[in-house]
Amino acid sequence: MALDKNGIAQRIAQELEDGYYVNLGIGIPTLVANYIPKGISVEFQSENGILGMGPFPYEDEVDADLINAGKQTITAMPGAAFFDSAMSFAMIRGQHVQLTVLGAMEVSESGDIANWKIPGKMVKGMGGAMDLVASADNIIVAMMHTNRAGQSKLLKACSLPLTGVACVKKVVTDLALLEITERGFELKELAPGVTVEQVKNATEGTLIVDGDIPEMQLS
Amino acid sequence: MIKKVVKNAEIAIKGIEDNMTLMLGGFGLSGIPENSIAALRKSAATNLTCISNNAGVDDFGLGLLLQTRQIKKMISSYVGENDLFEKLMLSGELEVDLIPQGSLAERCRAAGAGIPAFFTPAGYGTEVAEGKEVREFNGKPHILEHAFNADFAFVKAWKGDEAGNLIFKGTSRNFNPLMAMAGKITVAEVEELVPAGELNPNEVHTPGIFVQRIFKGAHYEKRIEQRTVRQR
Repeated sequence: MALDKNGIAQRIAQELEDGYYVNLGIGIPTLVANYIPKGISVEFQSENGILGMGPFPYEDEVDADLINAGKQTITAMPGAAFFDSAMSFAMIRGQHVQLTVLGAMEVSESGDIANWKIPGKMVKGMGGAMDLVASADNIIVAMMHTNRAGQSKLLKACSLPLTGVACVKKVVTDLALLEITERGFELKELAPGVTVEQVKNATEGTLIVDGDIPEMQLS
Repeated sequence: MIKKVVKNAEIAIKGIEDNMTLMLGGFGLSGIPENSIAALRKSAATNLTCISNNAGVDDFGLGLLLQTRQIKKMISSYVGENDLFEKLMLSGELEVDLIPQGSLAERCRAAGAGIPAFFTPAGYGTEVAEGKEVREFNGKPHILEHAFNADFAFVKAWKGDEAGNLIFKGTSRNFNPLMAMAGKITVAEVEELVPAGELNPNEVHTPGIFVQRIFKGAHYEKRIEQRTVRQR
């Protein structure tokens, strides 16, 4: 059975390593914070100006001056720090943040990503996404394998305006975990119960299947 | 001490004219200069270019100046959450320049720091890079971005003193210190205005040199865009 959004987040959380500073985008990536593996410590950065972001507040802790980049009310963990937006993007461009997880509308087999604009339809803006993808070394995309119309979001080339070029390293979808290499989308793991055939049918870009593909281990 | 304290927002925005370029601090609705925006709406100045990370919501923040059609152009990084904005943009009534958030912040900082332009990797290979100089550093392409030029900057701080020193609270700091540096005239509104000497100089975020006018905001709604809570 394909993964739901929480399942995708759970698998991505396994990529966290002790000591990582992590920036989580809006949507599925935000859920990754719920599945930090036991025994490791990570800190979450939100580009509007906090390091050490904590969970949502209890009703009586809500503070209009304490939000994340999705404009949701949040809390600050012990050891947190606040800073201005230039300092925040210095952390990002300066590669002090080890892992960036973000959503996408399309990803290409060469690692291009599109997630900020549908010409004539949706123009919300890129926010911090272009700075994040241009700078981070380790970028994981969390998204569904196909869009609502059933079309593949893993393409030979993106059709929408790009957010960044050749930057995505890994994609975790409801169907699979794939790494982007010079050869294309390399299938590394299948979601529980999903077949290679299903992934093939849902992937427009070049799919590389080497040997037996293991099933994801989600505890 | 240089006199900076003014009585209210109406006096603080004196000198605002049609066609000016303004910077307005805030991220979403957090840390926006609520009182200055209300005064700008009353002033009826039009054809304004506004540099602000977001454009408010339909009935709050910069949305209030969109309702009155006082804004000719918005320079922002993210403008979702505002139906009127979308309508004005798609109909061509409103010019919009969308730029990466880090570049927006740095273009403010650069303006205040005497740096005319800088290279950044953000936006390379995208439509943001169109028409911009590209140069490779350490094997990686970067695009040239220029400092902004703003007639006024409107910022909001938690505490300020008569000397113009500012302290921000939580994530409402965001673009405010950077825009404070960048405005030809910077107007700071604060929740608490104290005599010089009452703020600990070790804790000042924005030194008073960047602030020309300061006033205590008459009222703060501090609206929350996405109230998310957990249960006990």
